[in-house]
Amino acid sequence: MAIKTIGKHCKGCGVCVTFCPKQVLGLDALGKITIVDETKCITCKQCEMRCPDYAIFVEKK
Amino acid sequence: MEKLIEKYYRPRLPHIWCPGCGNGIVTSSIIKAIDKLGLDQDKTVIVSGIGCSSRASGYLNFDTVHSLHGRALPVATGIKLADPELNVIVITGDGDGTAIGGNHFIHTARRNINLTVILFNNNIYGMTGGQYSPLTPTDSKATTAPYGTLERAFDIAELAKAAGATYVARGTAFHANMLVDVIAKGISHDGFSLIEAVTQCPIYFGRQNKKGDASAMLKTQRDNAVTVEAAKKLSPEQLEGKFKIGVLHQSEAPEYTKQYQGIIDRAQKGAK
Repeated sequence: MAIKTIGKHCKGCGVCVTFCPKQVLGLDALGKITIVDETKCITCKQCEMRCPDYAIFVEKK
Repeated sequence: MEKLIEKYYRPRLPHIWCPGCGNGIVTSSIIKAIDKLGLDQDKTVIVSGIGCSSRASGYLNFDTVHSLHGRALPVATGIKLADPELNVIVITGDGDGTAIGGNHFIHTARRNINLTVILFNNNIYGMTGGQYSPLTPTDSKATTAPYGTLERAFDIAELAKAAGATYVARGTAFHANMLVDVIAKGISHDGFSLIEAVTQCPIYFGRQNKKGDASAMLKTQRDNAVTVEAAKKLSPEQLEGKFKIGVLHQSEAPEYTKQYQGIIDRAQKGAK
């Protein structure tokens, strides 16, 4: 899979981090979305579905 | 989703909504529903009023009207009557649609004109700083109710049903996929459709009422929402404090633009 994040869109609400069942995501020092461990991703797309700011997209390869 | 953004959004993101605001989730659900139905972008009109939710029309790449406060429905009615072939989708909020636009709301429902109304219910007037709206729950704090609201909130779904709407549904920002389905059904329905989209306002509603951050408010939606099917099996005590989601009401009634065409035909024939 490929996770794409758009820092410019992210406002750091943390919804994606909360609802990720595999702890793939985190927030960096600036409070923006960051990928902690992409290998754990199961492409459930919970983050993409609930991101209010269109800052994260998950593609199945 | 990325392709949908390229196709259906204007290139002006990021939007202005606060961090954690659910309006972005509801807007993407509307777009997914439009894409699912394959509506022609040039034959779809989005009309909105004024307020946080109504900002959505500015981000969407359709023919859009960002109308007056509370007056989205009269503008949409005019557009639909001028060209009944258009798909007219109205985006409104709880303050816009049920307070200043409350009268328009009940009468548009009564006429059963083929509009799809998506009412973003965040329980507060967010844009102006957190004043209470007709959908703010009793005893909630707001900047205009520092000791809590005394008024009882509308059940907007029941109001729409009583006013004559022929399709009434409710979804939440948490149940985003289900929201896509109920919006798609509402757009397909021939008549006035109301979809109440329960969304979170973590800044102006959540902060004043100690509801936690956006994630906590989404979890509250998850815990308090009961599907219509599941609600049938529960007792009134078990449903205390919960709200139903799904298609709440669907019926058939003559559609206004079709009846209006009948009047035009009769008048042109000279019949009385």
